[in-house]
Amino acid sequence: MRIAFFATCLADTLFPEAAKATVRLLERLGHEVVFPFEQTCCGQMHINTGYQKEALPLVRRYASVFDPYDVIVVPSGSCAGSIRHQHTMVASAHGDAGLASRSASVAARTYELSELLVDVLEIEDVGAYYPHRVTYHPTCHSLRMTRVGDKPLRLLRRVRGIDLVELPEAEQCCGFGGTFAIKNAETSMAMLADKMTNIVSTGADLCTAGDSSCLMHIGGGLSRLRSGVRTVHLAEILASTESS
Amino acid sequence: MTTFLGMPATAPRGVGHLRGDQTFPRAAREALQNPQLRRNLRHATTTIRGKSGRVIAELPDWQHLRDAGSAIKADVMSRLPDLLVQLEEKVTAAGGVVHWAADANEANAIVTGLVKATGSERVIKVKSMATQEIGLNEALEAAGIAPVETDLAELIVQLGDDRPSHILVPAIHRNRSEIREIFLKAMPGVDPALTDDPPVLAAAARRYLRETFLSTTVAVSGANFAIADTGTLGVVESEGNGRMCLTLPDTLITVMGIEKVLPTWRDLEVFLQLLPRASTGERMNPYTTMWTGITPGDGPQSFHLVLLDNGRSAVLADPAGRSALHCIRCSACLNVCPVYERTGGHSYGSVYPGPIGAVLSPQLTGIADNASLPFASSLCGACFDACPVKIDIPSMLVHLRNQAPHPAAEKAAMVTAARIMDRPRLYASAQRAAKTARIAGRRGRGLPPPLSAWTAGRDLPEFPKQTFRDWWAQR
Repeated sequence: MRIAFFATCLADTLFPEAAKATVRLLERLGHEVVFPFEQTCCGQMHINTGYQKEALPLVRRYASVFDPYDVIVVPSGSCAGSIRHQHTMVASAHGDAGLASRSASVAARTYELSELLVDVLEIEDVGAYYPHRVTYHPTCHSLRMTRVGDKPLRLLRRVRGIDLVELPEAEQCCGFGGTFAIKNAETSMAMLADKMTNIVSTGADLCTAGDSSCLMHIGGGLSRLRSGVRTVHLAEILASTESS
Repeated sequence: MTTFLGMPATAPRGVGHLRGDQTFPRAAREALQNPQLRRNLRHATTTIRGKSGRVIAELPDWQHLRDAGSAIKADVMSRLPDLLVQLEEKVTAAGGVVHWAADANEANAIVTGLVKATGSERVIKVKSMATQEIGLNEALEAAGIAPVETDLAELIVQLGDDRPSHILVPAIHRNRSEIREIFLKAMPGVDPALTDDPPVLAAAARRYLRETFLSTTVAVSGANFAIADTGTLGVVESEGNGRMCLTLPDTLITVMGIEKVLPTWRDLEVFLQLLPRASTGERMNPYTTMWTGITPGDGPQSFHLVLLDNGRSAVLADPAGRSALHCIRCSACLNVCPVYERTGGHSYGSVYPGPIGAVLSPQLTGIADNASLPFASSLCGACFDACPVKIDIPSMLVHLRNQAPHPAAEKAAMVTAARIMDRPRLYASAQRAAKTARIAGRRGRGLPPPLSAWTAGRDLPEFPKQTFRDWWAQR
């Protein structure tokens, strides 16, 4: 299958390993990945911080860059959620009915990574090998906006060598929330403190999730604590094999 | 010919409790440093979440009930003026008197005047968010009338000269030893040997309240529902103290937000299932009191209904914000909110805390007076899933953030960022430049505000040697 890859601005800039892993994984599974160079950002940060007017060109850019493709994958439940639930709203709010309908059409072809694998490619065992103790944090937007359900866990359970341990209070927010992490930094940190306590209690070496943004926040906290626990994107686990 | 009367007014300043005196982040800072508060909130919200989740899971048609609740409320909002006029007709026909209050000042004046006319210097009160919203107790006190809160938790708040911090459990921030101290200090006739044993505390409140019920002739209540086609008012509660107030006095004055009206008696079937399960985690609330006007020889012989706007028409005017008026004050969104659980209700300033408060208060007052509230959320979405009438609070927060005034520096940065992101070549150069700037920062600890808010508790990630797009280009 020919799959267009939306890397997200965050993975492109700060977490290229997550983006590279997505490409390696899909190519290993026999698919063709294309990366349209005109892509940048989905505009979620602007939309969620109250800058819809400024986000409009980014919404337009996403729709026009990805409209030519039948299947688009994004390694982020949050960006996928924004594309699906906010792009049409922003376009409509600015009176652009044409863009709204194009955004809705492209959004319907946009999949978060675990959705693409389980729903579209109909695969749960991706042939990965990852001999580490790992706990999975279901990010809020993947759970409650994109509604990926247990798909990431179904994929992780089929990874060979992995010691997957359950995260207590997993569905509680980690406290990232985009610019919330800065505007309400102390509340954000209080939420992160509880998330980190739960992560450390599992004895896991690594915490994984489907969003680089939440992982940047969780990983930044775990690093500051010198906890020894690291974060890794779901795609990096799924891309790992015995030979890698 | 129609005449444009202008946009509906928001709730006036200087009266009531819809505005805090500091921003959310500042108020939250104090709350976060209070370990007792953190423990109380964590325990209470976790307990109620579990209880509510269990009884909701018993109902196979919960999602359909939510859909029905949402649809009924949407219907009400689409024809609110007609329903209110119908309610007025029915209440009047049943012997009640209906008053229309445009705002908190008018409502306070109406209630104060009605109490004064009875000659009573004291009123007993049923727990009510509407009267807390308008600051009725302060208005009554200023007129020489003593309001006595009869809901146990509201009584604790009142005796402690405190503010409610939760819609359903207003004294959620207090533990039993604090309650004992408050009672010893402020409850008339309290036994000095009072202990902090909960049954002992409840008995002390009961002794005090029973005397007050029997010696007070005027009661003030709110209402959970009003039925337009019968003129029936309804209050649901757990203690029975509400029913005492609603049945014993000669005069009953009910202050109700205009959004509480329901078209027909049948509609109650939906809400009496949704409300107790979502709020207290009960299958059915212990006391449901319904009354229609007055019944000669039984219960209050004088009944007044004060219909309160206080900014609600302004909320109704915004298609993207009006579903905040669907709220049935169950508190489910507070109990699942990770922000509320850590900051408590006082941080929100308004009597309406938590996620629903973050969307309702700024709309009632106008966004300028509660500009920090729509940002008091990580947009985790737990509130939307928990809401029994499916209010899409996260989307409404995003909508209100778009109306909020922005700091000038932030605005400049966001405008610039959007411009760069709409130009892929410039964007790629900016990515590389950011990497260079990062070297100066030592894991970012030397960053200036507002980025220092990030690095105060979190390390920045190691900057990669190469962006993804550069890697892709070189493949």
